[in-house]
Amino acid sequence: MTDSIPASAKIVLQTAIAARVPWSAIIRKGQRLRIIDSHGQQAVDTLFYAADDYQERYSGQDTLRAQGSAYVSTGTALMSSEGRVMLRVTADSCGLHDTSAGACSCESNTVRFGHGTKYLHACRENFLIEAGKYGLTKRDIVPNLNFFMNVPIDPSGNFTVVDGVSKPGDYVEMVAEIDVLCLISNCPQINNPCNGFFPTPIEVVIYEAGEG
Amino acid sequence: MILTAEQQADVAANRQRYDQHKALGQQQAPKALPPPTPRDGAPIAPASIIHHETVPGGWYFVTKLNRGEALRIVNSTGRSCVSLLAWNAADTSERLNHADTIKVQWASSLRKGRVILSDMGRALLSIIEDSSGAHDTLAGCSNAATNAARYGDGFRNSRDNFLLAAGKLGLSRRDVHPCVAWFAPVSVDADGRFEWHGERRTAGDFVDLRAEMDLLLALSNCPHPLDPSPAYAPGDVELIRYQAPLIAADDLCRSASLEAKRAFENNATWLNSNVAG
Repeated sequence: MTDSIPASAKIVLQTAIAARVPWSAIIRKGQRLRIIDSHGQQAVDTLFYAADDYQERYSGQDTLRAQGSAYVSTGTALMSSEGRVMLRVTADSCGLHDTSAGACSCESNTVRFGHGTKYLHACRENFLIEAGKYGLTKRDIVPNLNFFMNVPIDPSGNFTVVDGVSKPGDYVEMVAEIDVLCLISNCPQINNPCNGFFPTPIEVVIYEAGEG
Repeated sequence: MILTAEQQADVAANRQRYDQHKALGQQQAPKALPPPTPRDGAPIAPASIIHHETVPGGWYFVTKLNRGEALRIVNSTGRSCVSLLAWNAADTSERLNHADTIKVQWASSLRKGRVILSDMGRALLSIIEDSSGAHDTLAGCSNAATNAARYGDGFRNSRDNFLLAAGKLGLSRRDVHPCVAWFAPVSVDADGRFEWHGERRTAGDFVDLRAEMDLLLALSNCPHPLDPSPAYAPGDVELIRYQAPLIAADDLCRSASLEAKRAFENNATWLNSNVAG
């Protein structure tokens, strides 16, 4: 599935996000956010906040509970901590996204991969920097969406980050049902397979669908 | 993207290291973890009890739990689910992180021998006893809308309980984070669907959580949102706060996995103590 953005669409913003860096933007109700995994196997850690009340924020647990299943794909309603739909996933050429594994941090890296990995760049560093631009702090940062990250959970509860299945150019697209602030960390992790052990650039497009 | 030979070598080295962590984390820890505690297998010495509380169905409870103390949560009727939030009492921006807890331990299932991690790479709680082994880390808790959809209007929910509990600690909505839910038998099937295993809840089941630093806890006794029962019928939950037994050098929770060992090394650095302490 490689649906292109319709020619009638009005592009609000289109930009590449370099490997390892954060990004943020406001997405208005009705606008679409497309995230493109330009080179494949690149985890995109993503958080949403209600634009008029940052205390209402994305909730992975409510998202999974509402749909009754453990992974995010087309049709998933991305829910807030207040139980409201923030965005809906409308297209997905990859088919498998995680929202249970959270973001990497310097601190959790030491526990997962040894104390020698403490001084490596991590998603929470990105989130703290980007969230700070909006007056948000660590208290506002919650476990996030991991687009293009493959984390199968088996019936006995084994939980493993394995090789991503996204190919170069794969994308996921969602439509905002309320105005949201979007924070992205283009994941810098090199200690597990979520980025193929080599973080790469991604692209984001915010657009308004044209008539017809 | 075309990688240089040097980049390819880095990738190969990182992959090899990950495979080693994965093999150790997934194969060693489950072997070291014991079976569930027998329901009559861990009596609490009366002299060690600090406080006893009965939380009615639908209600919540807030408590301090100091380092070295434990909280026994008893599902007296077998009909309750107890959702939990936890904060470091000295810095409430450090709090329970369900994602790190399950990711770091390679398991979404909680059982005796596992630990609950904070967002700062430290252990908040150790599961020192657990007769159940049927808990949920993935699907969160009830809110007003999920209760209204299943039971109608007028039933207390965990989201609002947590807002109340946070308020009474001087905290706010920003501090209410994703929870873990005890006595919530949820699993994920091969297609990713959640399954509810009601037969895995038994009257008298309990879980004992030992504080690994001074904590503030909020507990909510409301039905889990995936519990399919049409009746809103949570029973009383008994909470027993007690002085945990002395921690041995080979303490299960502190040695069950290399990940747990490293988390407790981080605790020791933070608390300026030795690892066994």
